[in-house]
Amino acid sequence: MSNALLDEAGTSAPAPPTNPSRVRRRRRATPRSTLTRGAGLGLGIALLWFSLLVLIPLATVVGVAASGGVGRFFSVLANDQTWAAVTLTVTQAALVTLINVVMGTVIAWVLVRDHFPGKALLNVVIDVPFALPTIVAGLVLLTLYGPNSPLGLQLAFTPSAVTLALAFVTLPFIVRTVQPVLEELDHDVEEAAASLGASRGVIVRRVILPSLTPAIAAGAALSFARAISEYGSLVLLSGNRPFQTEVVSVRVLTFIENGNTASAAAVATVMLVVALLVIVALDLVQRRVSRRG
Amino acid sequence: MTTTKSAAVVSLALTAMLGLTACANTSGDSGSGDGGGETISVNAFSVMEAANEPVFTDFEATPEGEGDTFETSYGASGDQSRAVEAGADADVVHYSLETDITRLVDDGLVAKDWKDNATDGIATSSVVVFVVRKGNPDNISTWDDLIKPGVDIITPNPGSSGSARWNILAAWAHISGAGGSEADAKDFLTSLLGNTIALPGSGREATTAFTDGSGDVLLSYENEAILAKQSGADVDYVVPPDTLLIQNPAAVTEDASADAQDFLDFMTTPEAQADYAQSGFRPVVDGVDVGEVDGANDPSDPFPAPDTLYTIDDEFGGWGEAADKYFGDGEDGNPLGIITELQQTTGKEGEE
Repeated sequence: MSNALLDEAGTSAPAPPTNPSRVRRRRRATPRSTLTRGAGLGLGIALLWFSLLVLIPLATVVGVAASGGVGRFFSVLANDQTWAAVTLTVTQAALVTLINVVMGTVIAWVLVRDHFPGKALLNVVIDVPFALPTIVAGLVLLTLYGPNSPLGLQLAFTPSAVTLALAFVTLPFIVRTVQPVLEELDHDVEEAAASLGASRGVIVRRVILPSLTPAIAAGAALSFARAISEYGSLVLLSGNRPFQTEVVSVRVLTFIENGNTASAAAVATVMLVVALLVIVALDLVQRRVSRRG
Repeated sequence: MTTTKSAAVVSLALTAMLGLTACANTSGDSGSGDGGGETISVNAFSVMEAANEPVFTDFEATPEGEGDTFETSYGASGDQSRAVEAGADADVVHYSLETDITRLVDDGLVAKDWKDNATDGIATSSVVVFVVRKGNPDNISTWDDLIKPGVDIITPNPGSSGSARWNILAAWAHISGAGGSEADAKDFLTSLLGNTIALPGSGREATTAFTDGSGDVLLSYENEAILAKQSGADVDYVVPPDTLLIQNPAAVTEDASADAQDFLDFMTTPEAQADYAQSGFRPVVDGVDVGEVDGANDPSDPFPAPDTLYTIDDEFGGWGEAADKYFGDGEDGNPLGIITELQQTTGKEGEE
């Protein structure tokens, strides 16, 4: 192996860097693109698949919504009930994302850095909210936090129920994005910082957190996007009362039940834009931090 | 117009996708035509899943149904109807309320004269009832008991669930049917909605929330209450002295086979109606030997006639009129429905 590598390096060394000595390579390369045939095929398949699954349906939703002009968006949002649903959903999703940023990171930390009995089990159980059908999640939460709550907590049909359900279904996102980064994080850097006299707080703030921020931001984006679109776990638990616990997805369903696809699409587009803004904002945070780090 | 265009885009995308998988799928469709039997595709609302099984078995035992097999699809009534509109395969459609069939008539998928039969297109029926805790501790027996202070009501969400609209209209009929004005009915509904603690997404979800311990009374359908008792839920139910007749229509699609029409006809025979009665549905034809219905308040007299039974046609001028008048969403030129408006006002009061 190493011989072959050396040989190759040896033969290509005299040739000018812009003109690789291997003829096979030159024939393959297209003049203006850096893509090889294999890479081009890969990109093509990825784009086709992505378009069929995501771009075309999304464009259709936006197209249906936009067909009524910009006024449609305002008139839909001007409906008090819809506006209440939008604000409830966005604030709850933001709240839950904040909770996840803290709790998810803590859980990931515990799973990576600490050793305790049952750790492997906990590591598996974290994914259960992903695997559980959300309607089942709603049922379980209703049993736990409804009027017959064995825990003595009665949160069903209150806005707190929305928080609870969203926190449940979005828990794994930040844990699972932070965990691998934390595992790869070099212990030596922390030790070096400590030997240079940095306190534990400073190490966490200046060394560990900056390397985790991109992962946290990515997880937060997923968590937020998932939360604003949640339906299944909420239909049972939140009570869907207008102005109090009714979320956007229930509103959209009401429009669809009334045959009002255009308004449904308009609300969906608004939520799409909100999700996009949040994802972009989190991406900016991540870039800024990683540049400074 | 715009929806048609977008539907075209989506179907284009789907066709492209199918094109990719078409080569892998050629061997699948060669199984039909064995023994002359037909496959009848039944597209119905969720509750029918268990109720239809004995009816299928009995139909297969008739000369018309011999050798036929069934392919079924169940789900929320509105979702099922929209799926068929979008091209899902269906020979017999059976929905919770008429507007879901009207959607298919408007689309040319169901003949305009689908109601021209002995039962006016209705295949199953039930009535709106109050499901209460075992022994009826709050002594709830009439509609007026529901609006007393402190009574917690659960009813499915009339916005997202079409069938939930039966319950709300039953409450309305309680006032309007007794000669009350529209303002009286609005007042009554306002109090009712004010006592409502949860509006779960569907009838079944509302039952789940109630049997799980929430609320004092659940507005539901008699068949749903009987089913809940059959499956061991610790509840009772009350048929109020005046209530609304729930009528679930069924029809065949335009390109359905003769066997599908035979099955549709069979659904309203006394034999099939007796099967449906076992699942808690009131017969839509006379001369049905109902027998004992497990789960009913009195199994030997399972379907006592209420003093006053309102119908959607007599009291509300049919669903065609009622859907927009009461439940319109007020967007896009749709009228703002009376109930939608009441929900908004009661919701806002609750917020303050």
